[in-house]
Amino acid sequence: MPKMNLSHFEAAILFALFASVVLGVITKRTDADRLRYGVRCFAYFVAALLGLGWLMKLGHG
Amino acid sequence: MATNVKAQEAAPPARGWYGVVFLAWLVPGAGHFLLKRPGRGALLLASVALMFLLGLMMRGTMFQPQTGDVLTTIIYCGGFVGDLASGLFYLLTVWLGYAQPDMAGHVHDYGTKFLVAAGLLNVLAMVDAYEIATGQKE
Repeated sequence: MPKMNLSHFEAAILFALFASVVLGVITKRTDADRLRYGVRCFAYFVAALLGLGWLMKLGHG
Repeated sequence: MATNVKAQEAAPPARGWYGVVFLAWLVPGAGHFLLKRPGRGALLLASVALMFLLGLMMRGTMFQPQTGDVLTTIIYCGGFVGDLASGLFYLLTVWLGYAQPDMAGHVHDYGTKFLVAAGLLNVLAMVDAYEIATGQKE
């Protein structure tokens, strides 16, 4: 089994991608709504990731 | 209201949901395939499988149920349930000896979380398959 080393950012982006796909697939009724919801979830994940990242960086000084 | 009535009319009989949910647990996305939603089933399968595979490649650890104080019980038993929810992926990993011992390091830690999260995403897929099978959802 090959070994993979991901940074925290890469791991979080991949997590956001897979979680968004699943949330999009299982929630809405039409494919267009599913796609829109999945993209929105992913955008929220990334925004939270960047926001919290900057908050921690600024908090540490 | 009219949409709900239409959904109930189009829904398959509710008696077959045990098999659908079991299959959805065993192979992520398979419940959707069985319910004739192949596109959604394929997306679920790909997401859960890739997340699980990445967790294994990052040398994540499989939780073993362990009791003690409340926090230990919640973390280890909850983690075990999360791992087990990946179905066949978890079973094959354990049976074929790919389960890793617990190691220190942040990448291993991400991997452990990916393995649990893959199972939890499969739980969402199982609930969706159940709702479709019982006619609560189109």
